[in-house]
Amino acid sequence: MTAGLVIQGGRVIDPANAIDAVRDVYISRGKIAGIGRKPKAFGAAQRIDAAGLLVLPGLIDLCARLREAGEAPLDSETRAAAGGGITRMVCPPDTTPVIDTPAMVRMIQSRAGAGGFARIHPLGALTAGLGGERLTDMALLMDAGCVGLSNGLRAVENTLVMRRAMQYASTYDLPVFVTPRDPWLHGNGVVHEGEISTRLGLPAIPEAAETVGVARDLALMETSGARAHFHLLSSARAVEMLAEAKARGLPVTASVAVHHLHLNETHIGAFDARYKVFPPLRTARDQRALVRGVEDGIISAICSDHQPHGADAKLAPFAEAAPGIAGLETLLPLTMRLVDDGALPLPTAVAALTANPAAIIGIDAGHLGVGAAADLCLFDPRREWTPGADTLLSSGKNTPWCGQPLRGKVTLTLVGGKAAYRDPASGG
Amino acid sequence: MIPADSAIQFDRNGKLKHFLTISGLPRAVLTGMLDTAESFAGFGQREIKKVPLLRGKTMVNLFFEPSTRTRTTFEIAGKRLSADVINLNAARLSTSKGESIIDTARTLEAMHTDLFVVRDSASGAAHLIAAHLPDHVRVINAGDGRHAHPTQAMLDMFTIRRVKGGIKGLKVAIIGDVLHSRVARSQIQALNTLGAEQIRVVGPRTLIPTEIETMGVAATSDMREGLRGVDVVIMLRLQRERMDGQLVPSEQEYFNRYGLTGDKLRYADRDAVVMHPGPINRGLEIASDVADGSRSVILQQVTCGIAVRMAVMATLMGGSEERP
Repeated sequence: MTAGLVIQGGRVIDPANAIDAVRDVYISRGKIAGIGRKPKAFGAAQRIDAAGLLVLPGLIDLCARLREAGEAPLDSETRAAAGGGITRMVCPPDTTPVIDTPAMVRMIQSRAGAGGFARIHPLGALTAGLGGERLTDMALLMDAGCVGLSNGLRAVENTLVMRRAMQYASTYDLPVFVTPRDPWLHGNGVVHEGEISTRLGLPAIPEAAETVGVARDLALMETSGARAHFHLLSSARAVEMLAEAKARGLPVTASVAVHHLHLNETHIGAFDARYKVFPPLRTARDQRALVRGVEDGIISAICSDHQPHGADAKLAPFAEAAPGIAGLETLLPLTMRLVDDGALPLPTAVAALTANPAAIIGIDAGHLGVGAAADLCLFDPRREWTPGADTLLSSGKNTPWCGQPLRGKVTLTLVGGKAAYRDPASGG
Repeated sequence: MIPADSAIQFDRNGKLKHFLTISGLPRAVLTGMLDTAESFAGFGQREIKKVPLLRGKTMVNLFFEPSTRTRTTFEIAGKRLSADVINLNAARLSTSKGESIIDTARTLEAMHTDLFVVRDSASGAAHLIAAHLPDHVRVINAGDGRHAHPTQAMLDMFTIRRVKGGIKGLKVAIIGDVLHSRVARSQIQALNTLGAEQIRVVGPRTLIPTEIETMGVAATSDMREGLRGVDVVIMLRLQRERMDGQLVPSEQEYFNRYGLTGDKLRYADRDAVVMHPGPINRGLEIASDVADGSRSVILQQVTCGIAVRMAVMATLMGGSEERP
């Protein structure tokens, strides 16, 4: 497609360039060629009518799990991501096998690239096999394409190893993604420690499991010079601790899964395993504090924490059911619902899905500046649809929003100027 | 409003179809069961100990966790109601591999089981089974993890009613490992529904769950305060594994502070009775002379178990339509 493409009459929202206006978007050779002004020598062969739609930079999801990265379903998930307007997804290293070698990084990227859907940016393992003992070849992982390092949900228990890992990562200015969790306090817990764990008699995860992790890793990053990203926060107290750290000028960023902004422990009801997630849903107060954390910019990114599972994975007693929600395709509608509810300003919400996560992983993406890759999505804010087995592209249908009508849907996603997703019902 | 974990127990007409938790059950349902149990209570002494209420019905005791007392009283209760009773002590792999708990129940249902009595080590297991079986099948929870043991709570209420004349206005202390106790959770709900005046839970902070006050109890770590003037003292079993988990430093210290002795019992009302769901750890949570003493109604609890379980089955199965 060497001839140009123009997206006409849509409301362009590009927080990185402070744009919120109806503008035509000109695309040529897979790149943004102009916004609002037709570039010279532009021969538009194709026009897309975007009247009434939002035109957004392609979303960057900082946490999406792909199940067995070494096996089959990569395509279904990168396709589902495109269906949700996501053009780049960051994949944690706790795949099978673990992403701890450059070869594994290249394998994932090549298999994802073949599909032509959303791109994958792997995180490399911080320690070999996530074992918490030996550092990985971080520089080589970076050369192979890793945008950061992480030990997944497994804490590096040895604090000296963690400190060395942070120091070494900072040598190459690689961000270290931390899911704060003290393994001893987390134990075999499955829900937040509070009224619900007490009433249902479920093993509990105290708030301290998260705050001890935050406190430890903040102290380690402060003395090691590392850039740390605190991932998947779940408690009000953790948000306060990060606010304080930021106020002191530490190079720290944070993100939250979109379900933590909408749900709390009471949704678990009668052992409903669809609501089993790690970190756990906490109180309504925590939920509100997380939303406020996004509004205040303490939490600068919202991710899906996508975890697709087959139907059987949740058909077990709560404590034994697999944790996680399939969230790629509901990330944008659920984030926009917070805007509709007046909880978040629109530019804040869009930035938390685009420019901010791009800055965290240090890539030039998440904006619609001239010359940038034409990664974008069209979003119809009025379209009603119902997530379900027949509408979700992901191999996982495990979402609490299954069967619940949502407002707003992606109708077209472009990756490098090419259609990676086209909503069948929009005829676009 | 009916709490979420209770709604599944009722059929479309608001009649009780499963007995999974005391939570959300109206007082009338509980007193109705206790009255029915009363009518069954003299049964054990009769020449012919059977009624044909469940004749032709198949009941499966599906126990994924070992139990002697509970399983046996359910078996006797079923047989006295003329049901065909099958006991299954199933082992289960707590992974997604192997036959799932739902598959096991469905397989047995396909053999025309009408009533399941389920025990499992995971909280919510009985709920899960009830949610995945066809409409005409009934499920009784015989203990799920730390969550609920509603028939045990009902037999305790029955025992209290018999020796105290009623529940209303009573002060009750529940002592020991509340954190891991499904019995305590169900007792608290039953006592509150039946109008107990005050429920106190007593134990070291490691064994009292957070926000237990939201269940309608007062918590204390002081035995004197907890026992002061109570009409009923319920002791909970302390599993010896708790010492390994550092929840309690030693048996000696636990018995010193929370073991029920004759001396400590003096803080309670002079007519207070002592209960224990069994099996007892003598010298750990209760002194032998108290367990066997005149205030103890521990053996009466066991006897009442049969009549109460008959009453629960009769309540769920009574008037249920014949299977096509």
